[in-house]
Amino acid sequence: MKPVLQMKDVSVSYTPGTFAVKNVTTDIYPNTITAIMGPSGCGKSTLLRAINRMHDLYANIKTTGEITLKGNNIFNMNSMEVRRLAGMVFQQPNPFPTMSIYENVLAGYKLNGISLKKREKDEIVEQSLQSVALWDEVKDVMSKRGSFLSGGQQQRLCIARTLALKPEILLMDEPTSALDPISTNKIEELLLELKQKFTIIVVTHNMSQAARISDNSMFMYLGELVEHGNTTQMFTKPKNKRTEEYLTGVFG
Amino acid sequence: MNLNLKKSMDSRKGKNKLIYILVCLFSFFAMIPLFLILWDVISKGYKNFNINLFTKVTPSSMDALIANMNGDPIPGGILNGITGSVLIVGLAILFSVPLGLFIGIYLSENRDKKFAGLVSYLTDLLQGMPSIVIGIIAYAWVVKPLGSYSALAGSVALTMMMLPMIVRSTEETLKMLPVSYKEAGLALGSSYTSVVFNILLPSGFGGIFTGILLAISRVMGETAPLMLTALGASVVNWNVMEPTSALPLLIWDFYNDPNLVELVWSTSLLLLIFIFLLNWIAKIVARKWKI
Repeated sequence: MKPVLQMKDVSVSYTPGTFAVKNVTTDIYPNTITAIMGPSGCGKSTLLRAINRMHDLYANIKTTGEITLKGNNIFNMNSMEVRRLAGMVFQQPNPFPTMSIYENVLAGYKLNGISLKKREKDEIVEQSLQSVALWDEVKDVMSKRGSFLSGGQQQRLCIARTLALKPEILLMDEPTSALDPISTNKIEELLLELKQKFTIIVVTHNMSQAARISDNSMFMYLGELVEHGNTTQMFTKPKNKRTEEYLTGVFG
Repeated sequence: MNLNLKKSMDSRKGKNKLIYILVCLFSFFAMIPLFLILWDVISKGYKNFNINLFTKVTPSSMDALIANMNGDPIPGGILNGITGSVLIVGLAILFSVPLGLFIGIYLSENRDKKFAGLVSYLTDLLQGMPSIVIGIIAYAWVVKPLGSYSALAGSVALTMMMLPMIVRSTEETLKMLPVSYKEAGLALGSSYTSVVFNILLPSGFGGIFTGILLAISRVMGETAPLMLTALGASVVNWNVMEPTSALPLLIWDFYNDPNLVELVWSTSLLLLIFIFLLNWIAKIVARKWKI
């Protein structure tokens, strides 16, 4: 199988000379969930945000190396196109505060100036909300603001908003760290369903979450990718001593 | 409890009480002038606060003198001032709001740029500019070249006064929005412009609109710059190239005319009501659109 995402010597620096991510080289395969784990400040989120070129927003951040998405170098693509192919879900649920639930799901289309017929809109909204198991809970309150929902529902709404644009891969930056255990459980179940259609990369500093849901795991430490492999294997027989120490709680 | 400690505790409690009383007392004193102003304006202004005030233009001094001698009410109103204020302030809103919004967006989105720092500094300077100086500038820029006092010149002066207020409120409101709104919008593959107009501005609407309303209520009462630009007129004028009256200009005219001096209070009352309403709406908007 061909990897959907390839990284080669990816480095990111916030200030010249110091690297938050150092020479990461790895491949991500389609329809898998990859968990990026590691202690705080190890560069997990920084690496994730390099994939959809979020770092472009900040002039001080420099990304080097090569990232290819379905064979295309993302740095040769239009950043807007990259971000549509690689949808992102953030740590804090952030539905747009002035939009209704319905409008939030369609926000990507509105923002990109794509006009849809009413029927198409209804279809996309229902489909997207169904796929995050939110449809039954909100179908009667579509015109309410997104902030009307609970934190877990808001986060599922944000996932639906991302899925509505039919991305290739889904980048999730600690999507459950602001949520209660029940909502977390729902989102984890959701991710296992979604990987049938999408490739998912999820940053987490919750080791058990990585163990529960991911097919592959990446362990990062001080900006370097220490180990990347099958999750079960890594949790039972880590190749690297650092990984073993992290997983057994020697540090972290 | 240790005796010494108890003693110091007691004295601290006493001090606390004293300061609290002082704070309440001074707040009360500070309110007194405001109530006196309101009382004065209302008690003296309500007499001429009738339908004539809103439907008739300023009477001539002679007509007013005759009416005064016969003990009749003053035969006229301030319609020319009301329409003039609407015209001049309306035009100033048209100029300052788009300009202020764009500068505010620029400043909040380019915080580290040197040029933005310069613009921000100049905005502060403009904010502190005496209104009479702004009037003279507008005179030199607009009145002189066009050869006539005009509503347009007045609007230019008021625009300069409103601009820094709108810039600041836009900038501060946008800066307070969580960066995640912007990132979430961009992460959906949208353009920067689209994020600004579809997400940031609507999300900051409450704060920005409040700032605009407060700026309007601030310039509604400006007199000095209008004296040098709009000049005043005793007829209703909707032509932006002609001299035009305004409520504060009328107050000044009435003050200088012993036959019309009665109208000072009614005009002031109307101006106060306008400003009060604007502030009240601003408060409601700020509360309703809070996110």
